Amino acid sequence: MFSIVRTVWDVFLHSFQRRVTRQYPEQPAYLPPRWRGRIILSRDPDGGERCVGCYLCAIACPVDCIALQATEDNTGRRYPEFFRINFSRCIFCGYCEDACPTYAIQLTPDFEMSEYNRQNLVYEKQDLLISGQGKYQGYNFWRVAGVKIGGKDKGESEREEPPTDLRQLMP
Amino acid sequence: MISPHPIAALIGILIVALSIASGLIWIERRLLALWQDRYGPNRVGPFGLLQVLADTIKLLAKEDWVPPFADKPVFIVAPAIIMVTVLMSFAVLPIAPGIIISDLNIALLFFLGMSSLGVYSIVLGGWASDNKYSLLGGVRAAAQMISYEVFMGLSLMGVVLLAGSFSLVDIVNAQRRIWFIVPQFVGFLLFFIAGLAETRRLPFDLPEAESELVAGFHSEYSGMKFGMFFVGEYLGITLVSAMIAVLFFGGWLGPVLPPLLWFLLKMFFFLGLFILMRASLPRPRFDQLMAFAWKLMLPLALANVLVTGAVVLAFFR
Repeated sequence: MFSIVRTVWDVFLHSFQRRVTRQYPEQPAYLPPRWRGRIILSRDPDGGERCVGCYLCAIACPVDCIALQATEDNTGRRYPEFFRINFSRCIFCGYCEDACPTYAIQLTPDFEMSEYNRQNLVYEKQDLLISGQGKYQGYNFWRVAGVKIGGKDKGESEREEPPTDLRQLMP
Repeated sequence: MISPHPIAALIGILIVALSIASGLIWIERRLLALWQDRYGPNRVGPFGLLQVLADTIKLLAKEDWVPPFADKPVFIVAPAIIMVTVLMSFAVLPIAPGIIISDLNIALLFFLGMSSLGVYSIVLGGWASDNKYSLLGGVRAAAQMISYEVFMGLSLMGVVLLAGSFSLVDIVNAQRRIWFIVPQFVGFLLFFIAGLAETRRLPFDLPEAESELVAGFHSEYSGMKFGMFFVGEYLGITLVSAMIAVLFFGGWLGPVLPPLLWFLLKMFFFLGLFILMRASLPRPRFDQLMAFAWKLMLPLALANVLVTGAVVLAFFR
């Protein structure tokens, strides 16, 4: 019997305690830098697209929400012709970011992407591409990869030796 | 002491009672939130006051659906009964000198009778729904209300003995020297518990027990029929709080402040207490509930009547 009275009193004392609710739109939630939110495509320091259209993100995606088509420009540089993420399917697992060999696809601390129309959740490349480099500054895939593209021949990449001419190799 | 303008009092009490009952939904949600360290509804209008209005509009816009398997006439009548019976009791409630619709000389019996009739609403609603959960809720309501009514009436007999009248105005006037809470503390406790059970409030909400009976007797109700049950419940709480204030805390009596304000203050204090009970106490098992009523509360009520009667007989004749 006493415990009932005590319960009521203890609950009453909660009148003087701080409320734990966060008034969300006015007091925004703290999102850590590694928060897995809205997906973006970043650019390299020169302003070119980082994405090389390797399809690894589309393969890694457990819900198949990424669709893209790779193509090449006249210098031999690969890029996606279209890049489409269906955010009504995306589970924000971050596997695409893990799979990406060029740091192109990245997850950002932003979750405020509600829409009234479901179709608006399908983001095209122009919606995904940002102007900056995202989380990985200074990285340029084409400058370190040993691939020949227009304006850069074999052996001209950073930390790359010139290719060995096998016919000149003498003992 | 009859009201000088009975029609004005009638309309005024009707409007005020209904607005307090619906406003109580907001008060309850805010208070529950306060005691659970939350904010509750605070977006619609100032402090979320218009939340009730928004909910009402939503309820009105809902389809007024009667299930095809339901007993249609009874299904429709049931929610009206609870509103009618509770509102009838407001007719005998003395709010302040001159603000009373009808000063019956058997007002207390009228109140008890009307609160007994209220159970028909629940039982018929549960029966007409033709749903096993609703029926279980209705059966529980019937058993609970009958059990708690017995000592609800008996707990008030001490007050009647002291005041020497069934008229609520006389009972208030008899408390000019001392509020009946002092000589009738046991009676107050009994009536408070019975009032909780009578209005089917937590911790005695077994007829609707969301976690086991879905929503009990009003599982099948939607739209404004559900709204009627809802407002009926809150009207019941308002009525019981007002009755506690009238019977044990001297109704409108009090120093300095005007009588109407005193009455409202006391009433809202008990409304808050009702909500505090809901915030803090868990629901008992049904057999515990019945055992509590018949084995503890009823003997206590009888003993209270016996002792009060003996004291009145010995000292106040």
